[in-house]
Amino acid sequence: MSEKIANKTTKNPVKKILNKSDFDELLTVLKDMQYELYGPQLKDDAIVYDLLSSQEQLPQNISDDQRPGQYSVSDTQTGRWFAWANAVQGIKPLVFVPVEKLWSATHDTEIGLSFNPVDVSEKPRAIIGVRNCDLAGLRLQDQHFLEQEYVDPYYQSRRQNLFLVAVNCTHPAATCFCHRTGDGPIANNGYDLVFDELEDVFVVSAGSDKGQDVIDLLPVIDSREHHLTQVSLQRQQVNKSQMSSIKPMTDIDIQKKLNFNFETDAWDDIAKRCLACGNCTSVCPTCFCYSERDVPATGEDKLDLSISTYIREWDSCFNQSHSYIHGIVIRPETKFRYRQWLSHKFSTWFDQYGRSGCVGCGRCVTWCPVGIDVIEVIGTVCEKRECSEEKEVNDD
Amino acid sequence: MINPHLPMVATIVERAQETPDIFTIKLDVNNIQRAGSEQRNDRLKRNTGVVTDENLIDDAITKKIPFSFSPGQFNMLYLYGVGEIPISIVSDPDDELVGHTIRVVGRVTKGMGHLKVGDQLGLRGPFGRGWPLKQAEKKDVVIVTGGLGCAPVVSVIHYIIRRKSDFGRLIILQGVKHSADLIWKSQYEQWALEPDVEVRVAASQSCTDSETKSWPWYSGHVTNMIKDFSYDPENTIAMMCGPEPMMIAAVNALTKEHVKEDSIFLSTERNMQCAVGHCGHCQFGSQFICKQGPVFSFPEIKKLFGKKGW
Repeated sequence: MSEKIANKTTKNPVKKILNKSDFDELLTVLKDMQYELYGPQLKDDAIVYDLLSSQEQLPQNISDDQRPGQYSVSDTQTGRWFAWANAVQGIKPLVFVPVEKLWSATHDTEIGLSFNPVDVSEKPRAIIGVRNCDLAGLRLQDQHFLEQEYVDPYYQSRRQNLFLVAVNCTHPAATCFCHRTGDGPIANNGYDLVFDELEDVFVVSAGSDKGQDVIDLLPVIDSREHHLTQVSLQRQQVNKSQMSSIKPMTDIDIQKKLNFNFETDAWDDIAKRCLACGNCTSVCPTCFCYSERDVPATGEDKLDLSISTYIREWDSCFNQSHSYIHGIVIRPETKFRYRQWLSHKFSTWFDQYGRSGCVGCGRCVTWCPVGIDVIEVIGTVCEKRECSEEKEVNDD
Repeated sequence: MINPHLPMVATIVERAQETPDIFTIKLDVNNIQRAGSEQRNDRLKRNTGVVTDENLIDDAITKKIPFSFSPGQFNMLYLYGVGEIPISIVSDPDDELVGHTIRVVGRVTKGMGHLKVGDQLGLRGPFGRGWPLKQAEKKDVVIVTGGLGCAPVVSVIHYIIRRKSDFGRLIILQGVKHSADLIWKSQYEQWALEPDVEVRVAASQSCTDSETKSWPWYSGHVTNMIKDFSYDPENTIAMMCGPEPMMIAAVNALTKEHVKEDSIFLSTERNMQCAVGHCGHCQFGSQFICKQGPVFSFPEIKKLFGKKGW
């Protein structure tokens, strides 16, 4: 499975130059290959991925400002098209879709009950302008939906037909912390093409044979020394800006310190602020929870009893119904739900998938209506943990 | 590829009303192609590295292989137009029909309560990990249950009694709240007559006089009866099911009698929707109960078990 999906890296990717004025050529080539194109664009004052038909739609001269509980965009005359950190949603909805039909059932008094699968073969999709945090999120979703005991056929059909054009991040937001989770800001693999944006050109290289095939059809020229120097300088700068003064927490440290089997009043404190709205989980590129339900069909003015559709939709561990079981809610209080989310994302995810479930995109911080900063919470909880450990030692 | 989300059709062949709100249905599932077989075979190939005969695999998929499960596993049952729920299997793996005992508690079970013989359900399964029956062979088996938590262990009781020569002593400790809650009373009486089988039933809440007269067993908590037996720690395996506080009390009572923690197995429950380890509802620490469970050895879940909010 994984071999089929992993983008094979070509051995010595030669960096090429694509003029910005030729960017539409890329879209044309991909369209000719029957890809449905998605790309970042400004909609309702926010950057989102949507159907893309022309480079005009890209967020040119737009920059984003993200802080805890705040998001805004502004015009910048940089001449850049990708001078923003990340889109409101990552690329998750294009692979693990928010609401989808799983199957339908029909009931007929003569024939009885029958189940009808939905056609899961989707049109191949190409996504332009993918950030490394989102590629990392996709990798975690692959692990969950494709590399365990059961394979999810719905996810698989979209995933295996994806063509990913990464654009390296040059403008991380104040909420970003991908360097702490080891997921950025520069893309290393998992893409078909990767772009570094300079003033008038893109420096392009392939990450897969599919990507190389596309480059071969583009009006590109070989890169010059000065292009590569600029790229390298730009990458150094962005890396530096991501290395904030606070020292990176190593993964193992967090896992150990957040070890879920402990009680602390830190959870009570956070529950006083957390609204359990689930915004954090709905923008998270790695959250995978979904609920399933039956949707009876409606006719013109009444229920159509002959067919019923079974759907799934994104769920959140912040919803009361998430832990419902025969009349009981296992996590009735917000503190339990917050603890479940945080301990899963940063601690038990290691046991399940060998790393943390956070890719440092910072969306949960930006889109939290009360501006809870997850890194701050981890700090508080870990601090309390250390205190309680000391106390245990003293008590002994 | 076979879709693990797609149910197959199962027909109700028998139906019994156990109490006003508990019923048992027996389903015919053998005429239906097995969902998930292909994935299981793929997995087998991957895990063992053995290239199996492709024809054999094809045969298994297309030719109605019998529905096989191990006691302690569960199925997802779908009621047309209403929804799908996880229900443990109560029948023996060798039975022709697949049995489920269901208590009416929610929307789906309420609807299922109205089904009659000949009606059809959707079924996916079996899912999860059942009881450690291989490990239990030649050993004494203690079964502690509370309430309708008995459903997952009824399958294992049947299994052991039918294959009694493979096992040692069988001690069945069943707890209910009120004496009237006990279903399958005659079944317990029948099990008690089997050689090398001990049956004790306890009702934890005081009974009325007339009930006490007809209640041949113990009044009090089921876990208080654990100490009435002696156990060889090297040779005893415990399996339990029921409310978490009851199971914790049972684990404490058993370990006090020197039964080893890793010989104690518990059947656990959480919200389950996909049953394939994807939807996230049954997460318990780092475990997905639908996949790694529902049966766990005590050390596997000790850290969080019985603690509020997990």
